Amino acid sequence: MANEDELRLRERLSKLGAMKLLRGTKLSGELARLQDQLDHLQADPSAEEIWQSVELARHADRPYTLDYVERIFEDFFELHGDRGRADDLALVTGLGKLGGRAVVLVGHQKGRDLKERTKRNFGMAYPEGYRKAMRAMALAERHGFPLVTLVDTPGAYPGVAAEQHGQGGAIARSQAAMVRLRVPTVACVIGEGGSGGAVAIAVADRVLMQENAIYSVISPEGCAAILWRDAGEARKAAAAFKPDAVHCLELGVIDGIVAEPEGGAHADADAAAQLLEQGILAAFEEIDSMDPSDRRRERRAKYRVMGVLASV
Amino acid sequence: MSSGQGRVDVEVESKRAEEPTPGQAHPNTCPGCGSHYRDDELEQTLRVCPQCGHHFRVRARDRIDQLADAGSFSEEDIELRSADPLAFFDLRPYTERLAEAEIDTGLGDAIVCGSAQIEEGDCQLAVMDFAFMGGSMGSVVGEKFVRACERASTAGTPLVSVSASGGARMQEGILALMQLPKTICAIDELHESGGAMISVLTHPTTGGVLASFASLGDVVVAEPGALMSFAGPRVVAQTTREKLPDDFGLAESNYRYGHLDGIVPRGELRPTLGRLLRLFAR
Repeated sequence: MANEDELRLRERLSKLGAMKLLRGTKLSGELARLQDQLDHLQADPSAEEIWQSVELARHADRPYTLDYVERIFEDFFELHGDRGRADDLALVTGLGKLGGRAVVLVGHQKGRDLKERTKRNFGMAYPEGYRKAMRAMALAERHGFPLVTLVDTPGAYPGVAAEQHGQGGAIARSQAAMVRLRVPTVACVIGEGGSGGAVAIAVADRVLMQENAIYSVISPEGCAAILWRDAGEARKAAAAFKPDAVHCLELGVIDGIVAEPEGGAHADADAAAQLLEQGILAAFEEIDSMDPSDRRRERRAKYRVMGVLASV
Repeated sequence: MSSGQGRVDVEVESKRAEEPTPGQAHPNTCPGCGSHYRDDELEQTLRVCPQCGHHFRVRARDRIDQLADAGSFSEEDIELRSADPLAFFDLRPYTERLAEAEIDTGLGDAIVCGSAQIEEGDCQLAVMDFAFMGGSMGSVVGEKFVRACERASTAGTPLVSVSASGGARMQEGILALMQLPKTICAIDELHESGGAMISVLTHPTTGGVLASFASLGDVVVAEPGALMSFAGPRVVAQTTREKLPDDFGLAESNYRYGHLDGIVPRGELRPTLGRLLRLFAR
């Protein structure tokens, strides 16, 4: 239905146009580019672009959490360990200054080369990682520091020890901890937002996605393996469950999209970091002045309406 | 990860977990000991094998009959159905799978909610049914669970959740994942109002349901032999090539590691819940 498509795209574009988060980030240029992209989307059922996002989100040179930290945080001090049994390096936590004030950072961290990837477990956290995150959140709450989370994980680690240490419960409790916070919270998906392991640190007042990030309930390969019985059908799966930023915005799952430099974040990490910083600071501007208990209430109200229902 | 890097202290394991029963086995044949039962025999024993104690799956309405005082259950939100926000199509359209599940199970979705009494204690009951698309959680399961929490807050009664789920419903994409924080927000509100939640995990409770409301009960118990793992045994075996311990992800293992308050055989579930409802009564 060409007409319906057109309507949806117009709506999408007007939503993007109304977004405060792109303010100061070459808004008109962005819109023109998105218009182009959307015109293209209109012609094609968008499977190609979705897959391009999947590939860019996983690009080997894509900036990771610590790449952004060194570019946009001052006086950063990393916090190690869950105070229980381990320091999970797939997830980093720390304190630093962002836009002139101290904030707490929680973010997944992948590795650049094989050695670091192993050390970071490919950004797949154990329950210890989520417990470290909860410790950092408690610290933020205690001192009134805003919380920034950067999401970039294929998923929580599916291993025997991870299960024995309570992976499911840790992910649930990390989300619950984020729901309860009274300090302002901003999450941004900067690469792969892989399922429970991602949402564990992404329950926030404002949730952003970088333009080429993906956020999904399961990996394209996992979905293809189950529903198509062939992991090779990942492209089809991705096209079906639409993990790209524009669809996530349209579905009301995220609050804004952070632009990336031409070609993707990896093409110019400095520019990507600047855009990310602007996006996060703009989001904080919207929520900083709220009353702390209103913030918690509104956060819950935001999630209350997520989902699409029918009735008979 | 005790040294900060490398592998975690995986326990010494010798054998793989048992293969699940082949699909062609009769549903009333016990996968534990091979005994076979008539429907009425199993019904009398609450669908527990009298021979070896294996707990067969229980459908949501049967579970409610087992737990609630006779005639006390009053179902809510019967009219809710899943929409198809992504126009999802794999080998078959999602709408077709939904229609088929509804015809097969007689349920609108994978959860049945309502008010009930257990041993005369008032509560809200939220019971999942694995037969409806593997008990997967999409928008309807999330919404019905949230409404049950809200009714529990308003009425000042505890919420009893009985879960059985393969995880989030892929066909609803990211919106299915958002049901995790959505249900967690509802529990936060329930707790803020002074309400309590009792979570009963039944076989299997995995993925997104374990990683959200099922783990957040004030009291969390499981049935014997219930699989409760974030990642299923097959995914773990394939991803890590680790050998799985015999009791991988089972209630017994979780109890040992401190993730459960108790393992409650089905026959003791109703009195256990009755006792907890008396303790949490306001």
